[in-house]
Amino acid sequence: MTAFFAMNGYGFYIWSAYGIAVIAIVIEILLLRSHRKAVLAQARSTASEPAPESLAATE
Amino acid sequence: MSVNWFRYASPATFYPLAGKWVPWFAGAATLLTAIGLYIGLVAAPTDFQQGDAYRIIFLHVPAAWMSMFLYVVMAGWSALALGYNTRLSAMMAQAIAPTGALMTLIALTSGAFWGRPTWGTYWAWDARMTSELILLFLYLGVIALRNAIDDPRRADRACGVLALTGLVNIPIIYFSVQWWNTLHQGATVSLTKAPAMASIMLAGMLIMSFAAWFYAIAAVLARVRTIILERERGAAWIAALAEVRNAHA
Repeated sequence: MTAFFAMNGYGFYIWSAYGIAVIAIVIEILLLRSHRKAVLAQARSTASEPAPESLAATE
Repeated sequence: MSVNWFRYASPATFYPLAGKWVPWFAGAATLLTAIGLYIGLVAAPTDFQQGDAYRIIFLHVPAAWMSMFLYVVMAGWSALALGYNTRLSAMMAQAIAPTGALMTLIALTSGAFWGRPTWGTYWAWDARMTSELILLFLYLGVIALRNAIDDPRRADRACGVLALTGLVNIPIIYFSVQWWNTLHQGATVSLTKAPAMASIMLAGMLIMSFAAWFYAIAAVLARVRTIILERERGAAWIAALAEVRNAHA
């Protein structure tokens, strides 16, 4: 197992390259999720607002 | 049998369709990444010239291919948006830019960590590396330009023109290793020659490439759904969606 992570001395380069890629992909997925949540919340508040016509009609 | 493709050009039709596709592409990407990483990091033998450092190829080449390919697709959607003034095409172009930038970033960083043990340097102003860095700036430029313009329709046109102008960089990246005799090596795989690598290495690289494809498709479709929700805000079909009507759907 230690030999696997050591990669015959190239471990630092290999795991840095793959590690950065994993971190970048995880960040993209988290950003996609949080953005979708925010936009859905916005869509809910837009949908629950009374339409402008009905506002005018109550006055 | 004929399919009316223009039906899918409507955001209202495309939104649920894309939602159905996302988990399939994400699942395929996960499975292929697991197989590809196993081949690349465990099953494939150590290279007789480069030692284990070459194992970065399974990440580097697929990411570099995707970085260029996604740019061409983004420019293609931009051209459709400019030519036909279709909203969804512009939204697709908008959705591709961040994932393209991600692939470019992975290609550049994995290349740097490969260059250090094999060439003795993380970075050189080599033609291939410099043109790939320009690709990153083009993606970031398209994203920044969109954020700078309030009217989304005007942003579509401005980003479309920028994306199409930047297309000139793609053949420069691709042919840079032939046009300039600098540090970066030539193509590992070409359509006209037998591949210059062992078949298990080639298999690992192709599987990782398909994984990158499916990941990019899943990420772009997920993003375009958010963009549709944002830009079509106020449309009756959005208010009728299950995920909008109840908070826990």
